[in-house]
Amino acid sequence: MSYLEYNVTSVPTGLRKVLYLNWPLIILLAAVASVGFLMLYSVAGGSLRPWAEPQMKRFGLGMVAMLFVAMVPIWFWRNVSALAYAVSLGLLVLVELIGVTGMGAQRWIDLGFFVLQPSELAKVTLVMILAAYYDWLDIKRTSHPVWVFFPLVLILVPTALVLKQPDLGTALLLIMGGGIMMFVAGVHWVYFAAVVASGIGMIYAVIASRGTSWQLLKDYQYRRIDTFLDPANDPLGAGYHITQSKIALGSGGWTGRGFMQGTQSRLNFLPEKHTDFIFTTLAEEFGFVGGISLLALYAMIIFFCIVSAIRNRDRYGSLVTLGIAATFFLYFAVNMSMVMGLAPVVGVPLPMVSWGGSAMLVLLAAFGLAQSAHIHRPRGKN
Amino acid sequence: MRRSPKDTAESARRISRRALLLGGSQLAFMGILAARMRFMQVDQADEFRMLADENRINMRLLPPARGLIHDRTGILIAGNEQNYRIVIVREDAGDVDEVLERVTQLVNLDPADLERARKELKQLSPFVPVTIADWLSWEEVAKVAVNAPALPGVSPEVGLSRFYPLVEDFAHVVGYVGPVSDYDLGKLTDPDPILQIPKFQIGKIGVEGKMEDALRGRAGTRRIEVNAVGRVMRELDRIDGISGGNVQLTTDAGLQNFAQARMAGESAAAVVMDPRNGDLLALASAPSFDPNKFVRGISVKDYAELTENIYRPLANKTVQGTYPPGSTFKMVVAMAALDAGVIGTKETVWCPGFKRLGNRRFHCWKRGGHGHVNLHASLQQSCDVYFYEVAERVGIEKISAMARKLGMGFQHDLPMSAVAEGIMPTMDWKRAKHGEGWQRGDTYNAGIGQGFVLASPLQLAVMSARLASGLSVTPRLIKTVNGVEVDYPEPKPLDVNPVHLRAVQDGMIAVSNSQRGTAYRSRIDAEDMRMAGKTGTSQVRNITAAERARGVTSNKDLPWIRRDHALYVAFAPIESPRIACSVVVEHGGGGSTAAAPIARDIVLRALYGTVPPLEAYPASDRTRMEELFDNLVLRDLSPTSNGKIRA
Repeated sequence: MSYLEYNVTSVPTGLRKVLYLNWPLIILLAAVASVGFLMLYSVAGGSLRPWAEPQMKRFGLGMVAMLFVAMVPIWFWRNVSALAYAVSLGLLVLVELIGVTGMGAQRWIDLGFFVLQPSELAKVTLVMILAAYYDWLDIKRTSHPVWVFFPLVLILVPTALVLKQPDLGTALLLIMGGGIMMFVAGVHWVYFAAVVASGIGMIYAVIASRGTSWQLLKDYQYRRIDTFLDPANDPLGAGYHITQSKIALGSGGWTGRGFMQGTQSRLNFLPEKHTDFIFTTLAEEFGFVGGISLLALYAMIIFFCIVSAIRNRDRYGSLVTLGIAATFFLYFAVNMSMVMGLAPVVGVPLPMVSWGGSAMLVLLAAFGLAQSAHIHRPRGKN
Repeated sequence: MRRSPKDTAESARRISRRALLLGGSQLAFMGILAARMRFMQVDQADEFRMLADENRINMRLLPPARGLIHDRTGILIAGNEQNYRIVIVREDAGDVDEVLERVTQLVNLDPADLERARKELKQLSPFVPVTIADWLSWEEVAKVAVNAPALPGVSPEVGLSRFYPLVEDFAHVVGYVGPVSDYDLGKLTDPDPILQIPKFQIGKIGVEGKMEDALRGRAGTRRIEVNAVGRVMRELDRIDGISGGNVQLTTDAGLQNFAQARMAGESAAAVVMDPRNGDLLALASAPSFDPNKFVRGISVKDYAELTENIYRPLANKTVQGTYPPGSTFKMVVAMAALDAGVIGTKETVWCPGFKRLGNRRFHCWKRGGHGHVNLHASLQQSCDVYFYEVAERVGIEKISAMARKLGMGFQHDLPMSAVAEGIMPTMDWKRAKHGEGWQRGDTYNAGIGQGFVLASPLQLAVMSARLASGLSVTPRLIKTVNGVEVDYPEPKPLDVNPVHLRAVQDGMIAVSNSQRGTAYRSRIDAEDMRMAGKTGTSQVRNITAAERARGVTSNKDLPWIRRDHALYVAFAPIESPRIACSVVVEHGGGGSTAAAPIARDIVLRALYGTVPPLEAYPASDRTRMEELFDNLVLRDLSPTSNGKIRA
């Protein structure tokens, strides 16, 4: 009930809230989305269809959703955090039962007008529940083992459900996102050291279990790891994605091959060029300059979120903003690492750029939470 | 629950600290990403750019047009024709079986071809066109083109293929081309990449085979951009190939055609040569075959027909066939003996019809004998005993040496397949080859061109040419390559005594122009076209004493394969020879009856440059000749006719 600690009357009301939006963040998001439109237009061979136009519409819808979420006071969102988390868990269970299978995994629920990917939603609701949890928790108990155990359960339940689909990428993002939430909430660093140590143990277990009856990952996941470690080993099979992606990226050079001139993407050597590998198209056509520009836009989004979080004295708002920023960061960091050959190929889209409905809508709605926290932050002295 | 302000402040501080820490590490990670990007896109850019180009650019070879082959007058012997075919691309066709079904309704397809196409469609990489029908007519291709909308993935293509407008006439000389075989590739040490083009044609035998380097040309290249699945997106650039060089032969297509037609029905060979420079004007070998069938891939049935024919159409009898030259060899023996001084030009030898060697008799063809004969009479009447005698006097070594001097017993350097050496025996040769010493009887046999002596019609023509001109001419077949005259050395005068040569020439003139000459019936009557010659009849069997006693079986009573070979060598006109010729009719019987008439017609055709006028023949022959020419099937060689048979 932290908002009661502040002078509620200092919070803007009505349409005045629009003036108090975090406008730089909105502009940056729009800029990143525009890069996405441009690239989707390019990979479609210079056509708004089939990707750029629907993506624009979705962006418009997402912006509306963001503004809507932003207008609603942050304390409301705090109060429904647990419910949101429960709903997303329910959807994750539901997707197991009635989900649409795609790319060898059950990930989508067809809502008729919209195909929902519950795992995307879970990333945000996990941030919400953890923020609410640490808002509620007495800060002196933050590092108490019992109170560390609860958030771990909150993280691992959706992770397990996502892993079952199977969606290794999202599962890793959930664990890392949750971990970052615990980190910024102030959990003692010893726990993180322990996690890193056990993580190394896990990696060992995963490798050791290969080929045994208790194999922890699916065969294709093992192959992706192999491919990541040595893409040249299987250039036309599983290594194809990585090899072609690196060729596209590297051949861009300083300034790229020119808009719509990327041979790797235009001639279909790039796999998934409109979704997970869209960054390589950007890097191929606009080169190092283009790639670094997008990275800078992302960095500024993170920067504005962190500034907003630090300036916010409301614990929930601050934590939610940082959590959203961290999730966003993880998206593009993992995606870019993957296409540059620094990480194994896991299905993580480039946020706000890759073609994809759920991810963009959910991300924009999540930024709505950060906006709401920004608008409804405590002001003045108390 | 209200939080104390102290707690709240502490919480905010802690979050700020951790947030800055988080932001810092995120920034650091983005730094790593940026560094990685810089490394790949700036430092390694060239390497990746090259890999990207390797991905998308395919090189395709463009086959060059093969050089043309013309005769000395510019008539096309081997050319390239457009070959229409239809190809199908599996990925564009959709339902391949249905499309093929529709094609079958339009075009008559060979079921075997269709089966092969289906198999290839299953095996080949995507977007590689598969030929479903080859050698289509323009009408068939047009039908396919018109129906294109109903035939997705099917398209007509045009390529160049070899064709031989003169069909059989030059089959043996020029040979034919065919698709590169593994055997061909195995023979080459440094194979031209062009040979990898599917169905690329290379010369297999004859001039096509031997002049392959000049005729082939150089491949062009086409760089095309392909997408990930192999579909051709566009052509980046194209460097056209260099067409093969044209080759012009010394042969005369009209004369060749005439010789070929004149020998129809026989198993025979005729070689016509210019005795002044060695130009081969005709190299006819009958029967012949259609080289076009080999270009397209000859059917098993057609091939069997060729190989099972006892007249051996595939053999090039002019250069590859070797025969005992028989009496046509007598000039060689005479020249050897005269130059050795073992006999004078006027000296006579007594011919009682045979010559005795120990208890063996060597018979003259004339049972009663020729009486006293000198060189002139012995050539004119072809007395065998005279030559047994002079051969014995001069010895085999000098005969063989003279034969070589006159162009026999070694391989002439000609761009044709299987050019035979022939055999001009020596004592060492017999010991090496048969492990026996040379017998005097062997010399007798060699003296009349029998026994071990073997010569090809080409060699006989060279001999005749050298005797006619007194020049050491070598046969030549290639006149120009790519428009440039081939440089041949001037023929040197023959290293023989000209007086002796004159005496032998006079003997040959008598053969065909004096009443007692063996070829008098095949003489030429036109004043300035008269011919000199020598008949030859070479046995392919032994005549036993018993058979001789009851009378030698006549040729027409023997099975074809046991009959004598008929030979004739000639030159004309006798005043200043322009034409030298040899004719061999396998198992034709007597040289004077089977070979000389053919030789006369061919020589006249060569001298007149057209079907000879009847006035050139003795009056008694004219009716018969008129009939013969009327029945001759000659090819129309006018430029527009494309070599069709004249109706």
